[in-house]
Amino acid sequence: MAESLKSVIIGDRGILTPSHPSYTEVKGMTMEPLLRIEGVGKAYFGNRVLKDVSFSLARGEILGLVGENGAGKSTLMNILFGMPVIRETGGFEGKIYLDGEEIAFSNPFEALDAGIGMVHQEFSLIPGFSAAENIVLNRESMRNNLLVEVFGDRLRTLDRGDIFLRGRSAIEKLGVSIDADMLVSEMPVGHKQFTEIAREIEKAGTKLLVLDEPTAVLTESEAAILLESMRRLAAEGISIIFISHRLQEVIDACDRFIVLRDGEVVKESGTEQADVREIATAMVGRKMGVEEAREEEGRAFGEAVLTAEQLWVDMPGETVRDVSFSVRRGEIFGIGGLAGQGKLGIANGIMGLFPAGGTVLFEGKPITLDDPRSALRAGIAFVSEDRRGVGLLLEEPIKLNIAFTALQMQDRFLKKSLGGFLTWRDEAAIDELAREYIESLAIKCVDADQRAQELSGGNQQKICLAKAFAVRPKLLFVSEPTRGIDVGAKKLVLDTIRRHNREYGTTIIMTSSELEELRSICDRVAVIQEGRVAGILPPTADRAEFGMLFLGASKVSEKEVAS
Amino acid sequence: MQKLRALIHHVGWPRVIIAVFLLCLFVAAPFVRVRLDASIGDTLVRFGMNGVLVLAMVPMVQSGCGLNFGLPLGIIAGLLGAVTSLELNLTGFAGFVAAIAIAVPFGLLFGWGYGRLLNKVKGGEMMIATYVGFSSVAFMCMMWLLLPYRNPTMVWGYAGKGLRTTISVQEYWGGVLSDFFGIRFSDFLSVPTGMLLFFGLMCLLVWAFFHTKTGTAMTAVGTNPDFARASGIDIDRMRTISVMMSTVLGAVGIIVYEQSFGFIQLYMGPFFMAFPSVAAILIGGASVHKATLTNVLIGTFLFQGILTMTPSVINSMLQTDMSEVIRIIVSNGMILYALTRVARVNSK
Repeated sequence: MAESLKSVIIGDRGILTPSHPSYTEVKGMTMEPLLRIEGVGKAYFGNRVLKDVSFSLARGEILGLVGENGAGKSTLMNILFGMPVIRETGGFEGKIYLDGEEIAFSNPFEALDAGIGMVHQEFSLIPGFSAAENIVLNRESMRNNLLVEVFGDRLRTLDRGDIFLRGRSAIEKLGVSIDADMLVSEMPVGHKQFTEIAREIEKAGTKLLVLDEPTAVLTESEAAILLESMRRLAAEGISIIFISHRLQEVIDACDRFIVLRDGEVVKESGTEQADVREIATAMVGRKMGVEEAREEEGRAFGEAVLTAEQLWVDMPGETVRDVSFSVRRGEIFGIGGLAGQGKLGIANGIMGLFPAGGTVLFEGKPITLDDPRSALRAGIAFVSEDRRGVGLLLEEPIKLNIAFTALQMQDRFLKKSLGGFLTWRDEAAIDELAREYIESLAIKCVDADQRAQELSGGNQQKICLAKAFAVRPKLLFVSEPTRGIDVGAKKLVLDTIRRHNREYGTTIIMTSSELEELRSICDRVAVIQEGRVAGILPPTADRAEFGMLFLGASKVSEKEVAS
Repeated sequence: MQKLRALIHHVGWPRVIIAVFLLCLFVAAPFVRVRLDASIGDTLVRFGMNGVLVLAMVPMVQSGCGLNFGLPLGIIAGLLGAVTSLELNLTGFAGFVAAIAIAVPFGLLFGWGYGRLLNKVKGGEMMIATYVGFSSVAFMCMMWLLLPYRNPTMVWGYAGKGLRTTISVQEYWGGVLSDFFGIRFSDFLSVPTGMLLFFGLMCLLVWAFFHTKTGTAMTAVGTNPDFARASGIDIDRMRTISVMMSTVLGAVGIIVYEQSFGFIQLYMGPFFMAFPSVAAILIGGASVHKATLTNVLIGTFLFQGILTMTPSVINSMLQTDMSEVIRIIVSNGMILYALTRVARVNSK
C-alpha cells in the first residue's frame, strides 16, 4: 500500500546525542554546531510539556522537527525565540547555545538580532504593501536630505529603487519568480509564503531559519520549489529547522530529523534510511494513562442511521472538502485527524453552523444544511468543541444552560397560565431537570443557579453534555469533549458518553484530536486528512496504521472495515 | 467591613458614589431653604415620567442590539398617537388609552423597519441607531407641518394648519395617571400613584416577557449569538422583535411623560430624548449587552434624583438663577460619565 515510500527499515539506532560518535559525521562537519540545545524542559502551571530535550544543529544543516499537535514543538520554538509567554510562566530549564554562546532571549527582537528568523504558519504580511516593501519592512533603505540635518533621522525618505532591488535579490535567492512590485493582497498563498521566507533571509546575518509548517498551504509543485529553496539556503550556510506534518517532505528535504512526543525526543536520526511508517509510529506512540482495556462485548448495530455523501463545509481553518461516511444506529463513530485537516468541520457543517453542501440523510430523510433547526428537529444534538464560544451561556445560570435547547426546540419546560394566554418558563421543571443532571453527571457547583462561567472546564463540559442529553437526541455529535480539561475529568466525560450510548442506545459521533481517546470508546474511527476521509479503521488497528492515515502518507480509503 | 466591601462591589462603585451624592443633596437642601418635601415630590414625579422611556432600553440591550439610541423613533410613534387622540377630541382615560392604542401600531411598524435596518449593520448598531433617531426627527419636522390635523388647540393660529411646537394636553388627558389615586401629603408633596403603578405594570410585563420562551431566546441571542444559533434560534427575528418592543415601549413612555408634563413637544422635542434614558440605565449598572429591571429602577431614580436636586440646591447656594445651566452641565456630565462606563465594560 505504500509503494512510494522508502521500504528500507532501519534498526533502532537509539537517540543521537552530541556525545554520540556519529553525531559530528552527519554532514562531515566537525566544527562547533550553530545551535545546541541541552536538557531543555518546560512546564506550564505544573503541566509538563517539554522534558529534557537535547539536540544540536550544524551550520547549513536542515533539521526536520515532527510531532503530533501538542507534542511540544511550538513550546520549543517559543523558548528558542524568547517569547514572553515562556518567561511569564516561569521560564524554562536547560541551556541553549548559539554559536557556542549561551542564549536566553527575553523577547523575540533579541532573537531576531541574534540571527534567528522565523516563518509562522499565519501570514504576518501587510496586504497593502508590495512584496519588496514587506521584505525590507522596518529595515528600509533610506536617503538623506537637508531636513535630516535639522530635524534628525526620522525625516529620511525611502529609497524605493533600492528597496525594489533588495526585495528582488532576496526573492531570487529562493529561486522563485515573484514580482517584487506585486501587492501581497493580490498574491496567491504560495507567493505569500515565499515572501515571508524572503523577508527572513534578507536580514543581514540570518543564521538560523525556523519554518513552521510552511508547506501546509502550498500546492505540491510549490512545495517542491520551497524544498529546493531550502536546500539552496542551506548550501549558503543557513541552518534550517523545518516543522512539517508531511513526513515525505521531511525525508526529502532534511539531513536529519527528530521526533517529539509528549514533550520528549523519542527519535533522532538521519533521513537517508528513514521510513515514513517508522516516523509515524514514533510520533503516535503510546499515550500514558488514557488507554484502558476495551470491553469487547460483541456489539451489534442497527441499520445506517446517518449517511453523508460528498459533504463539504466551509469552516475557516477546518475545511471539509469531500467526505462520505455512514453511521449505524447505536454505534459510537469516531472522527480523528490532525488539527486543521477538517475533522471539526463535519459536525459543524451537519449542524448548520457553517456553510455546507452535499447530501446528509438522517433516518432516510435529508437534513437541510445551513439551517441549524433542521438537524435539531430531526433529533440530532451537538456538543461543540468551542465550549465557551458556542456551547454555553456563560453569564446565565446552569439550569437555563441545560434546559435551553429543549425549551426552544421542543417546547418542553414551559407552562401556561392566565388560561393559556401566557406561556412561560416552568422554573420548577427546569430546576428538577438541572438537579437530575447535576447529580447524574456529578457536576461540581454551588447550586443550579450558579453562573456557568464560574465552573471549571470539566464541569462546563458536563453542562454542555447535559444540555445535549436533555433534548433526548437520537444522534449526538460530540466534538473535542476532553479538550482543556484535566485527566480525572476526561475519564468522567468519556464514561458519561459511553454510558449514554449503552443505556439509551444513542448513536454518537465523536470528534477528537486524541487518538487514544477515540480508540478507547469508539466502534470505528474515521481519519480525516486534508478535508477528506483518509480511511476508516477499527479501534483495534495498529497505531502505525492510524499514524499513516493522520499524515496522509497513504490512501487506504478502500479499507473500510465491514463488520 | 468585609460585608460592606462585598456589598459595595455587588452594587458597584458608580452607584454608591451617586447615591451618596444624592443623599448629601437631600441633607443639604433644608439648609439652603429648598423644601425637602417638594424635592422628594419632584423626584418621584420625574421618576415616574421617565421610567417607561428607560425601560424601552431593556429589550434591545438584552437581544444584543446595544443601547436604544434610536429612541426618538419610538417617541415619534407616541407623538402620533397623542396628537391623533387630541384630534379625536378624546378626554380623560379614554383619550390616554386611545393615544396608546394608536401609538402602538405605529411603534410596531417603525420598529419593524428599524429592526430590519439594524440587522444589516451588526456590530455598529448604536451609531446607526443614533442617526435613525436624528433623521426620523428631522423628517417629522416636515410632517408635523404637513399632516392634516385640524384641532384648533393644536395648529398654528395664523395659518389654521400645521401643528404647533408645544401643545397642551391639560384639557384632554393631562395628569390622568398622575392624579389617579394621587396622595397629597402637603401642598408641595403629592405622590403620583397611578403613574408609578403604570410604570410598575410595564416593568411586570417586560419581566414576564423575559420569562417566556421568546424572551428566553432573546436573552440568549444577546448573551451569546453563536449559542443561540446552535440551538436553532432565528437571531434576526429575535433582534427585530426586541427592536419592535423597544420602540413600542418608547411610544408608551412618551405618552406617560406627556400626561404628567402637561404638554406634547413636537419638532425638535424628541431630538435629545434618547440620551437621558441611556444615561439612566447605564448609571443603573447595565452594560451594553445586559440590562435588568433593577438597573432600570435604580438608574432612573438616581439619574432623575440628581437632575432634580442639583439645580435647585446649587442654585440656592449661589443665589443666582443658573438652574438651566446647571441642569445641562449635570445631565450631560452624567451621560458622559455613564458612557465612559460603557467603554470600561467593552474593554474588560
